[in-house]
Amino acid sequence: MTDRSLVHVAFYAALIAALGLVPPVAIPLMGGVPITAQTLGVMLAGVMLGPVRGALAVLLFLFLVALGAPFLSGGRGGWGVFMTPSVGFLIGFPVGAFVAGWIMRATSDMNILAAAAISAAIGGIVVVYAFGVPGVAIMAGLSLPKAAIASVIYIPGDLVKVVLAALITQTVARGLPGAVLSRKSGGVNDKIFD
Amino acid sequence: MISIYLKGDSWAHRTPAGVKLLSVALASLLLFQVASLWIFLPCLIAVVALYASLGREGLAQLKLLRGLTLFLAILVVLHWLSGTLMEGVAVVLRLVVMFLAANFVSVTTRLDDMLEAVRPLFLPLEWIGWSSRKPALGVALTLRFAPHMMQVFSMLREAWQARTGSRTSWRLLAPFAVQSLRMSDNVAEALKARGGSEGLQG
Repeated sequence: MTDRSLVHVAFYAALIAALGLVPPVAIPLMGGVPITAQTLGVMLAGVMLGPVRGALAVLLFLFLVALGAPFLSGGRGGWGVFMTPSVGFLIGFPVGAFVAGWIMRATSDMNILAAAAISAAIGGIVVVYAFGVPGVAIMAGLSLPKAAIASVIYIPGDLVKVVLAALITQTVARGLPGAVLSRKSGGVNDKIFD
Repeated sequence: MISIYLKGDSWAHRTPAGVKLLSVALASLLLFQVASLWIFLPCLIAVVALYASLGREGLAQLKLLRGLTLFLAILVVLHWLSGTLMEGVAVVLRLVVMFLAANFVSVTTRLDDMLEAVRPLFLPLEWIGWSSRKPALGVALTLRFAPHMMQVFSMLREAWQARTGSRTSWRLLAPFAVQSLRMSDNVAEALKARGGSEGLQG
């Protein structure tokens, strides 16, 4: 891994952390469930960085949380959060970022807004919940359907984040095209500069 | 450094980080093997006693549980609806004990010491030709980036507020992304100019 990649990975790890510090927004229409920006960072890491670096960024973020940095939404942090029912979601984050990055790369001839939305939705929602719901079931001693009911309240908020992730990706692609690393063909620039 | 670490000099602070991490891992493993209220209750008392041994500030750390209460309440209700109320209470107790025990390590260990304790885990990276120092550099960079990003965002928000009167908007996200991405490019250049991560000592 080049130093430039390491900086990018650290950058997105910090972005996920910073988004976790953004106060949650409760949307009354959705029953007042608080929406945190954290998974937006997970989606962006995958969509922007591509599969490997995206997953590494999320892993670095989780590593910091495990070390005791209060970077999870609500100022949570420390080894304790890996003992809560939401641990499945945390495990799903890096996998979700990987899948999002992979889809982003596989759809490189598609319109960037659509590709980013599909990648963020599948990586950031489908994959993350595929790990999160069984996590709740195991940690809380519930059946899978019940665990799904307990988790489903967050889906509307996640859909909002998919839209945001797609819009941000499109804007960045216009303003700073080199920053959408998942779309760079073969990393030519990396080879020249590193 | 940003951390949930609680400054102090108690017996728990002096215990090596590795010992604390291993004992919590072992305790969690054991707790998952049992499911009886009569085991979890004494465990809960023991964990609370751990916090109490740190003094009043230690006990104040128990407020961290507040973030979990809503979810734990939903759990109990779901169990109650399916007729397994006692099991639900036991599960919630186990979660609380495991959370508090693991959190105790974070509260009494400095982030640097924790990083040092888990460093051997990264030695395998050298087999594939990576420096085992890279994760530590990544951690340092992330800890520096996060507050900087908050600063960039609050500057944008002030400018937005001055012009529109409204406090914040999702429209700020794009300029925020572009500005902070530029910053990360500068850092990458600076790191390279200083010989890269291989050039860093210790």
